[in-house]
Amino acid sequence: MRLSTAYLGVTGLLLILLTGLVLHAFQERKNAGPLLSQMAGMVNRLNLTDLCLFTEASYTRHLAMTDLNTPFQDSPFSFEHFPTGALVLPPPHLGRNRGRVD
Amino acid sequence: MAGSIERQRHILDFTLASLLRRKGKNGALLSVYTLIIFILSSVLFFTHALHREAETVLQGTPEIIVQRTLTGRYQTIPLSYADTVRGIRGVGSVEPRLWGYHYDGNTLANYTIVVPGENAPPHGSIDIGSGIARVRSANEKDIMGFTGFDGKPHAFSIRSVISAESQLVSTDLILMSEHDYRAFSGIPANHATDLVLKIRNPKEYTTISEKIVRLLPDTRPIVRNEILRTYNAVFSWRSGLVLAIFSAAALAFAIFAWDKASGLSAEERREIGILKAVGWETSDILFMKFWEGAAVSLTAFLLGVVLAYVHVFFTASCLFAPVLKGWSTLYPAFKLVPVISFGQLATTFLLTVAPYVVITILPSWRAATIDPDAVMR
Repeated sequence: MRLSTAYLGVTGLLLILLTGLVLHAFQERKNAGPLLSQMAGMVNRLNLTDLCLFTEASYTRHLAMTDLNTPFQDSPFSFEHFPTGALVLPPPHLGRNRGRVD
Repeated sequence: MAGSIERQRHILDFTLASLLRRKGKNGALLSVYTLIIFILSSVLFFTHALHREAETVLQGTPEIIVQRTLTGRYQTIPLSYADTVRGIRGVGSVEPRLWGYHYDGNTLANYTIVVPGENAPPHGSIDIGSGIARVRSANEKDIMGFTGFDGKPHAFSIRSVISAESQLVSTDLILMSEHDYRAFSGIPANHATDLVLKIRNPKEYTTISEKIVRLLPDTRPIVRNEILRTYNAVFSWRSGLVLAIFSAAALAFAIFAWDKASGLSAEERREIGILKAVGWETSDILFMKFWEGAAVSLTAFLLGVVLAYVHVFFTASCLFAPVLKGWSTLYPAFKLVPVISFGQLATTFLLTVAPYVVITILPSWRAATIDPDAVMR
């Protein structure tokens, strides 16, 4: 078999696979509609404000509710030390109430 | 047309054979290139899916929340503040919200305790999130005990376990009645954790927030739009880990680029010279180099993107999970609803494939335009 035939075949297969994944994403999104509505309903009913992504520290558990002090409140000169603190930025609205963040 | 396609196929045949002659080097190049695209695409898929999920799910979050601070720390808010806020024109309703954290020393997990406004569990019973049920091996009707603020044990019967399907918002939740929560947490009867406002006209959010701060300077209002925007900062490119990943990827890519752009090896130059000597035209050599760049980068792109999709949406980001969990013992399965867009794919393609193809062709163009005799010498 010619090398170009093998290469074009593999590339074609990968393209078909990628197209399949795009269709999969659309279908999954459609199927998830009721579940997302159910979660939105729960958020509304319980007055929740945040996704439960990181539970190790209060300021990453409730990102929208955090402030600039909590990550460093253990003692004067203490560092923010929870790993998930490296994944998130302070919410933009902290800048409005407490000066610029960046 | 057919002749032109056949000509390109012959060039491609030659290019692939040439790549296969240097299997080790090109195999390593393809692997690292695929890995870079895999990491970048995984981060992109995860963040886009998370942003979309946050946007959809948090649509029903409170319009304005009013918190009270003292010496930079949150304090419970007196219910008399609610009366002051209620007096502001445009405020529809003000409801006190009771919630807080509880650290469970047995499982080393943090729970979020919430008092629902409606359908709260009756006195002595609780509803728990699926994550808590998992770490405590608890089921409906079991008795679960916690140590209250006063050091005394408080026992609750589990009324129900919240469906695991909604774990992205509920995995660490405990729902409790107001009476039980006040007895458990020690929040006095005339205080709440914060206040939840409904506003008649959404255009007045900012004005009302400003009025609240003017009337009650020790409070901090948080508006719904701000809550929604918060999740755009999760995995923002400026956050530490993502910046580290992007820097590593950019550095690796820069090394590729430098290697390619700094010129061809003597062997490659001799190959070009021989091809020109046997009758190849400059355009043929440029096509060969184009196919060389395209073969490596397109394969790496397609493989990297497909693997990233499988990683994020089929394995619930199993490689990211240890980082996402941090020190948490209680966490949701990071199973997100897939989001994939043409724009996302096009951006990744343009940032990774296009530069590589260009830096492969440029040095060859220089070599291909020189006299074959000079190139071979």
